[in-house]
Amino acid sequence: MSIKEIQEEIIEEFAMFDDWMQKYDYLIELSKDIPLISEEYRLNQNLIKGCQSKVWLHSTAIDGKVIYTADSDAIITKGIAALLIRVLSEQKAKDILENEMYFIDAIGLKEHLSMTRSNGLVSMIKQMKFYALAFQAK
Amino acid sequence: MTDIVLNIRDQFPILHQKVHGHPLIYFDNAATSQKPLKVINAISEYYLQGNSNIHRGAHYLSNQATEKYEKSREAVRRLINAESTEEIILTKGTTESINLVASCLSQFLFQPGDEILISGLEHHANIVPWQIAVEQKGALIKVIPILDSGELDLVAFKNLLSPKTKLLALSHISNALGTINPVEEMIALAKEKGALVLIDGAQSAPHMLVDVQALDCDFFCFSAHKIYGPTGIGVLYGKKAQLEKMPPYQSGGEMIKEVTFKGTTFNDLPYKFEAGTPNIAGGIGLLAAIEFMEEVGIDHIARREAELLAYATKKLKELEGIQFVGEAKEKAAVISFLVDGIHPSDLGSVLDKLGIAVRTGHHCAQPIMDRFEIPGTVRASFAVYNTENEIDMFIEGIEKVKKMFG
Ligand SMILES: Cc1ncc(COP(=O)(O)O)c(C=O)c1O
Repeated sequence: MSIKEIQEEIIEEFAMFDDWMQKYDYLIELSKDIPLISEEYRLNQNLIKGCQSKVWLHSTAIDGKVIYTADSDAIITKGIAALLIRVLSEQKAKDILENEMYFIDAIGLKEHLSMTRSNGLVSMIKQMKFYALAFQAK
Repeated sequence: MTDIVLNIRDQFPILHQKVHGHPLIYFDNAATSQKPLKVINAISEYYLQGNSNIHRGAHYLSNQATEKYEKSREAVRRLINAESTEEIILTKGTTESINLVASCLSQFLFQPGDEILISGLEHHANIVPWQIAVEQKGALIKVIPILDSGELDLVAFKNLLSPKTKLLALSHISNALGTINPVEEMIALAKEKGALVLIDGAQSAPHMLVDVQALDCDFFCFSAHKIYGPTGIGVLYGKKAQLEKMPPYQSGGEMIKEVTFKGTTFNDLPYKFEAGTPNIAGGIGLLAAIEFMEEVGIDHIARREAELLAYATKKLKELEGIQFVGEAKEKAAVISFLVDGIHPSDLGSVLDKLGIAVRTGHHCAQPIMDRFEIPGTVRASFAVYNTENEIDMFIEGIEKVKKMFG
């Protein structure tokens, strides 16, 4: 599926929920299935700066596609990270760089994107794109 | 709710709104307090009827504005019992006040090998300016350690004090943990060694009577926005003898007496430290905020906050898995805590959805979090307008979070 198609799919899933409680419960579920970063990459150097919670992110490129793994010590953040990975992992670097992550706003999690001093979701997306850029340059 | 609480809440329009469908519960008062109508009206009236530049008064509006602005300085003097208004410098806030002192003192006071003593409880605003000041002068920063209770280690403090100590920069109350430091005793000990003392009163000015003459500190700083006033204005109190020794901070209009291209003579205190057109509306808002505190009564504010703190502490203790961070005997209405197995940011996100505003994270005091080896805390901080009922809802909220993430 394309990045756009996956985003649309997620938006549809979230449309079933009437309130934030259900959304958060779903994020808690998603957090359990995150493509988990392997222990050897769970290092300080792979921490994303600017997050109030710790977020570790790792990437590799296989056959021209970028594969992401991550983890977080906060559950909601981990759930959102799982969604980002679902959208961006196993996509071509070029597509990762070209696509906007509009689903976060559309599913009503915009406040997690807000550019506050403590919230690093923006940094996480930036870092994912940065890895894609690095692979593309190689 | 008693009449007085209702009356006070009525003066804060912002409290009567819903957030995410729930009545707003504002427990982030240590970050900034809400503003009463008196303050909001004073500022809007100033812009509607009174706007004019001050201290250049050839006309009616300018004279009116100047008078009000200077009345604000007098109100500050009264609030903290300074000897004269010459000792009251109006700044942007605590941060600027500390920067002013650090920058001016570094120009003539600090020598290589000198020591500045700060505490492990400081806000970044009372750490970083000193780091920059000592770096320029080859002086050193020494840090008073924190005990497990969140109190300062006074034995270590006494050992750290020496004739090399040029300055003690200390918070009156910790914004992250609520610890009230025994500043009187500590100031006296520092003075014995001949050190100057700066007290960061950002968290004490809102909650208790402060008497700078009784404290005998050389400098005292606070921000209007934490004492029910507007943002962008704050106070530096300095003993006249110290302020007179210090060179100006910024330069330009207002702070000069005479300017020629050969040279300039500087204005008298306090104007020497107030370059440029000041935050006039802010000053007028600050005046209203102080009048508000005086009308409510600072002793009433302190009593109410102590009640709220005791109630919230008791209720939180009844829950399982609550870890308090900072349990000093003398504590302001700030509770920093963690819930076992739940990240502060998760707790904060869910409470927000329930209309409850708390702060999560390191509270601009990262060294404290490192000291306790935690990523951050959840902080609830109370003001005079908060209620026991709000605390009950907050406790319910935490129980809900525990179920969700349990
Ligand atoms: C203890 C303490 N010091 C300094 C500050 C900085 O105040 P401001 O940001 O108003 O300059 C704060 C505010 O958060 C504080 O709580």
